[in-house]
Amino acid sequence: MENNTGLNKVDLIFEKIDPKEVLTKAFEMTNEQIIQEVLESGLKGRGGAGFPTGLKWKYTASEKDPDKYIVCNADEGEPGTFKDREILDRVSYKVYGGMAIASKAIGAKNGIVYLRGEYRFLLPQLMRELELFHKMIDEIGYDFRIRYYMGSGAYICGEESALFESIQGDRGEPRNKPPYPTTSGVFYKPTSINNVETLVTVMEIIKHGAKTYNQLGTKDSRGSKVFSVSGDTPTPGIFELELGMTVQQFVNEFGDGDTKAVQVGGASGFCVPRKKFNETIIGFEGVPTGGSMKLFNSSRSMYNVLHNYLDFFAEESCGQCTPCRVGCQQLLKGVQNVKKGDVKSTYLNELVKLAETMKVASKCGLGQSVGNAFRTIVENFREEIIY
Amino acid sequence: MINLTINDQKTSVPAGSTVLDAAKKLNINIPTLCNHPDLCIAGNCRVCLVEQKGARTLIAACAMPVAEGMDIHTNTLKVRNARKHVVELLLSEHRSDCTKCYKNQKCELQSLANEFAFGDTIFLDLVEDHPYEIDRSSPSFMKDDSKCIRCQRCVRTCSELQYISAIAVANKGAHQKISSFHDRPMSHVVCTNCGQCVNRCPTGALVEKTYIDQVWDAIYDPEKHVVVQTAPAVRVALGEDLGYDPGERVTGKMVTALRQLGFNSVLDTDFSADLTIMEEGTELLTRLKKALVDGDKKISFPMFTSCSPGWIKFIEHKYPEFLPNLSTCKSPQQMFGALAKTYYAQKRKIDPSKIVSVSVMPCTAKKYEADRPEMRDSGYKDIDYVLTTRELAVMIKQAGINFRNLEPSHYDSIMGDSTGAAVIFGATGGVMEAALRTAYEIVTGREVPFNNLNITPVRGMEGVKEVTIKIEGCTDDWKFLEGAELKTAIAHGLTNANKIMRLVRQGKSPYHFVEIMACPGGCIGGGGQPIPTSMEIRKNRMKAIYSEDEHMILRKSHENPDVIAIYKDFLGKPNSHKAHELLHTHYVEREQY
Repeated sequence: MENNTGLNKVDLIFEKIDPKEVLTKAFEMTNEQIIQEVLESGLKGRGGAGFPTGLKWKYTASEKDPDKYIVCNADEGEPGTFKDREILDRVSYKVYGGMAIASKAIGAKNGIVYLRGEYRFLLPQLMRELELFHKMIDEIGYDFRIRYYMGSGAYICGEESALFESIQGDRGEPRNKPPYPTTSGVFYKPTSINNVETLVTVMEIIKHGAKTYNQLGTKDSRGSKVFSVSGDTPTPGIFELELGMTVQQFVNEFGDGDTKAVQVGGASGFCVPRKKFNETIIGFEGVPTGGSMKLFNSSRSMYNVLHNYLDFFAEESCGQCTPCRVGCQQLLKGVQNVKKGDVKSTYLNELVKLAETMKVASKCGLGQSVGNAFRTIVENFREEIIY
Repeated sequence: MINLTINDQKTSVPAGSTVLDAAKKLNINIPTLCNHPDLCIAGNCRVCLVEQKGARTLIAACAMPVAEGMDIHTNTLKVRNARKHVVELLLSEHRSDCTKCYKNQKCELQSLANEFAFGDTIFLDLVEDHPYEIDRSSPSFMKDDSKCIRCQRCVRTCSELQYISAIAVANKGAHQKISSFHDRPMSHVVCTNCGQCVNRCPTGALVEKTYIDQVWDAIYDPEKHVVVQTAPAVRVALGEDLGYDPGERVTGKMVTALRQLGFNSVLDTDFSADLTIMEEGTELLTRLKKALVDGDKKISFPMFTSCSPGWIKFIEHKYPEFLPNLSTCKSPQQMFGALAKTYYAQKRKIDPSKIVSVSVMPCTAKKYEADRPEMRDSGYKDIDYVLTTRELAVMIKQAGINFRNLEPSHYDSIMGDSTGAAVIFGATGGVMEAALRTAYEIVTGREVPFNNLNITPVRGMEGVKEVTIKIEGCTDDWKFLEGAELKTAIAHGLTNANKIMRLVRQGKSPYHFVEIMACPGGCIGGGGQPIPTSMEIRKNRMKAIYSEDEHMILRKSHENPDVIAIYKDFLGKPNSHKAHELLHTHYVEREQY
């Protein structure tokens, strides 16, 4: 199938597999073969940014420094995503397995899982499963170890370089790039940092083969992905769906019949209004998402939604760079003042321009993506912001 | 070499250079704010944004390494709009009481506003949302968070240059601020008052605490006799705040200006710098004698200089177990202060209670030092007010003095004579050089064996310098030092000081005598010196200091006629009982946090 045309439920991520079998298969491959397989699968990072996983591994593999790291980003912080928690809870052995495959591909001996502070309750179980995993790879005869670092609740620490700083015990602030993590990541060593789901997907790709895997999805968005569905829906929860469906198809399945907007990709994502449901594809050719899908029905005030997001960003910006630190406060105060009538409604136009500046001027992805929700909500629900 | 084009002009720069470096080479001006030549790259303020063809976002020129074939444009509409926004955003969180601000017309944000953000402001005022209190707790400087633009220059200064981290970033998002340990007042944290943060703050968020009005009041009080002393490093930097290029010596004009301001007596800290050499040199030789001849086990080496009050507070906090290694000599400022209200008062027949003693210093830590409870050996507060070089420039402007047209004049007598040895106190290595010029001569009866007295190995900007002097041909009194190698080290900037202190703590220090100055470059780079500062500026000031030395007739402390006179008439001999009473002090162990 070249182009997916509908909403298809898939069961790969949570599928029970024999990790030993998959890993044995992977370890028989050369690292180039693994990277080639992942490249062919078309897998893009499942955290939201969508960088091709195979390429990331290729860059890390090409670094000369023998001391390399594979880091699993389990700091799932985007408002509205809760899929990594489910994955870790149900199939952590596949996360560890994916990390082992990545370590083989890039030439790392050490893996680190950076776990969201709020997920600490999972840790005892994850550690037990990690022990079993270490035992298993010892049996296979593969030299690799994983350890855990805990986050402390800052949203920004999901940003890769802020995450490294946090692991190193420093203030969680994004670094200047370049150098990129593949050159200088955690402890300033070459690092591949991948999302929880990405790593699980790699297990599936090795198991089923890239050719089978990339039958799913579309040209730009191969495969399937786990969605966290929340908001005004009769069926909230975790669903693995083939990529390439339209928002309309998604709403047909999960909406309550009164859906007026879907926020795709969380607070840093895009708001899709009803009139654009049909034309908008969920995926890298349309609106990308790390999994967060929030449905809003007509009882919701989009002003409140926007206010909530801006409040969140004004709080969760690391505060380091001007556009993000001050910009978020200006957007928040700006919409408040528009609502109160303290400034003219045309002030929204100034704020949209500011959001555009934040997109091109901020230091990291946080500040760069604040404008996504702002622009799409203000453009599509302007009257709700003003009145 | 990496080839790139900026604004369609080709250039090539070494790999590892930034886009900003490349632009500088082409004389293309890119505005910056958080960037500072003494500090690591931050890339925070986003004022230096430029457009790179093919890039998704704008890039920060200061933080972006050059790459082959880069096509950069610094003046596109996109760039200008973003810069305007960034400057407007900074202004919206900055309390802009510019006309009343101490940094008015010397503020980097103000200059940027002048270029990018004139006219109606776009954004809403955020200052009212953050009720900050000005921290006036330190006697040396004030911290006003409402003027802070979070460039983190101060944070980087404090950690990179000074190894203190008295201030650091706290909180996130809208609540992010530059704060101290547990948000305590600056007077109650490990801060050396060195003022290096003040030197690098682009706005009025960190400024020295001024005592200008108090000094004017004293000058205009007919009951008071106001004496002023000027530190060696002031004369080579004051000009910068009065329209001269860095490195111009303005000693004579400064003396005339001080007289015109109305000070009753214009005296020189150089006098007490020479006195320091006599006292400290004697102390070193005595310690050597006690250790080598008397076998006194309590004497430990190295002996550290004690002229720099920032360094004193550093060791009191961080290495208190080595306080006995510090020379007990007060700093020249405080020796001068103790003598002004005793010796000077006697000589001039003035009631010491009527004397107001003012010092002009390149330093903010000196303000703290003057307030130390130990510094009252004259029976009064030895130094009443400390002004920075910058404050003196302000007073000269306030008085309407046309500095450039002033006739140079000489310091007043009694405590106004100076030697080249005292002048070089202002540069890193200077105290060492001055001490060696005198101590070597005391021990051998001959001048130090360096061309024209210039002990060049102790000079220069290297962070830690090590010099070994072989002592040969000792006079009979000092035969026990014959053939000895005096091992010395010199450090400036507390990060460098810490390197030496770590060796000392590990027991790996081979040194007998160590000179430490808290500020980069020594006093010429002090926290009270004109802003801006950079290595280039400090080098120019340093050149001026050594040129001042070369132009002096007397270049050895023990030849200073005022110093000879005071020992004859008042103190007796170096390290005498009286000298100990007035010129020496003790130190206090302080908390590590």
